[in-house]
Amino acid sequence: MRHLIDITDFTVEEIEGILDLGDKMIADPDAYKETLRGKILATLFFEPSTRTRLSFESAMLSLGGSVLGFSSADSSSTAKGESLMDTIRTVSCYSDIIAMRHPKEGAPMAGSLRSYVPIINAGDGGHNHPTQTLTDLMTIRRQKGRLDSMVVGLCGDLKFGRTVHSLIGAMSRYKGVTFVLISPPELKVPAYITDELKRKGIPFREVETMEEVMPELDILYMTRVQKERFFNEADYIRLKDTYILDPEKLRTAKADLSILHPLPRVNEISPKVDDDPRAVYFDQVRNGRFVRMALIKTLLDWRNEA
Amino acid sequence: MKVDSIHTGIVLDHIKAGRGMDVYRYLHLDELDCPVAYMRNVRSEAMGRKDIIKIDANINVDLDVLGYLDPGITVNIIVDGQLVEKKKLSLPEKLTNVITCKNPRCITTVEGALDQVFLLKDRARGVYRCMFCDAERKSKALR
Ligand SMILES: [Zn+2]
Repeated sequence: MRHLIDITDFTVEEIEGILDLGDKMIADPDAYKETLRGKILATLFFEPSTRTRLSFESAMLSLGGSVLGFSSADSSSTAKGESLMDTIRTVSCYSDIIAMRHPKEGAPMAGSLRSYVPIINAGDGGHNHPTQTLTDLMTIRRQKGRLDSMVVGLCGDLKFGRTVHSLIGAMSRYKGVTFVLISPPELKVPAYITDELKRKGIPFREVETMEEVMPELDILYMTRVQKERFFNEADYIRLKDTYILDPEKLRTAKADLSILHPLPRVNEISPKVDDDPRAVYFDQVRNGRFVRMALIKTLLDWRNEA
Repeated sequence: MKVDSIHTGIVLDHIKAGRGMDVYRYLHLDELDCPVAYMRNVRSEAMGRKDIIKIDANINVDLDVLGYLDPGITVNIIVDGQLVEKKKLSLPEKLTNVITCKNPRCITTVEGALDQVFLLKDRARGVYRCMFCDAERKSKALR
């Protein structure tokens, strides 16, 4: 039985298939509204994330299925001391597929060892968030018509940003992708990721400002720079404006640049950018719903074939 | 048991000097009833100095554990005073309940029923990763 724990659990071809299905669902949603009638998705959120949970529930309801679950650990049996493994085994008797978020890294992998139904990792601590990555890939492909041959800029907190790490991992599998990593020195991508890029011979550069690379970028992936990541207030104040995207910084950008952000944003993208046709972060939210629909259907199809 | 020769049992040779205690501990040799000899700083032409462990019984030695600790260790199986087998070691693909994950955010720290599983990710550098959280551990030998 297949699960989605880490984006690299799926081959490039399998991801292609899911994105193709997602595109078809966007083009004709009505054709899929009875597809999973009678099926149940369990959303097990051991830590709250309303946005991600609603995205999964919207996806399942759009396919004609039903949802059940909980939205925080204190409303779940974990609060009574039940082990994760027992919770997962129990819920997998009540549902056809499970989306789970958990604060501990590796929890969805652990759950998949005991589940009777496919598990989707909806985020495990700072580790993985593969459906966000599928959403990002879907958005990039819908914008560019391809996932290879492009310059991808990633900006902000590249040290703790799991969406950044997963996206680099996923995009590394396509030919001709160059990464430009834009961050303060304190928040650079961890060495194990740049080591991996070097080993695979994938070109990348590390810079400290957006301005110096803006004209080269095909994709600009923005992330939040959180105050608590800095040792002192002064460093934060000194640096925070450097990583805020505004119309002025976009002056030298390509006409067909695509600006992505996993959302929610705080202030790292000025609202003045929202009306720029290059801003696609709200398309990303919509794509997230459809790519989750495609994922749920694909995992259940694979299960039926097995 | 004479320390220099055993009749039937296992000789773990070419252990890096000073590492014998690690081997002793990881193989849980303290739990054995049979005689076990641990020799430190034995002179060696190839290594300068080495440690040797002799176990006076043909127990099932966990070769995966030894391979993780140091693939350079030689495992000699002795039966009736004769060397019947020399086992070759290599870094195992998978380690189950040999090392524990040190990442405080890892699910294995709170979910007691889980095995501690590490998978070999880079043989040349001896890098293992926790199957659950991907935290890295390196083979002791290659550190
Ligand atoms: Zn771990």
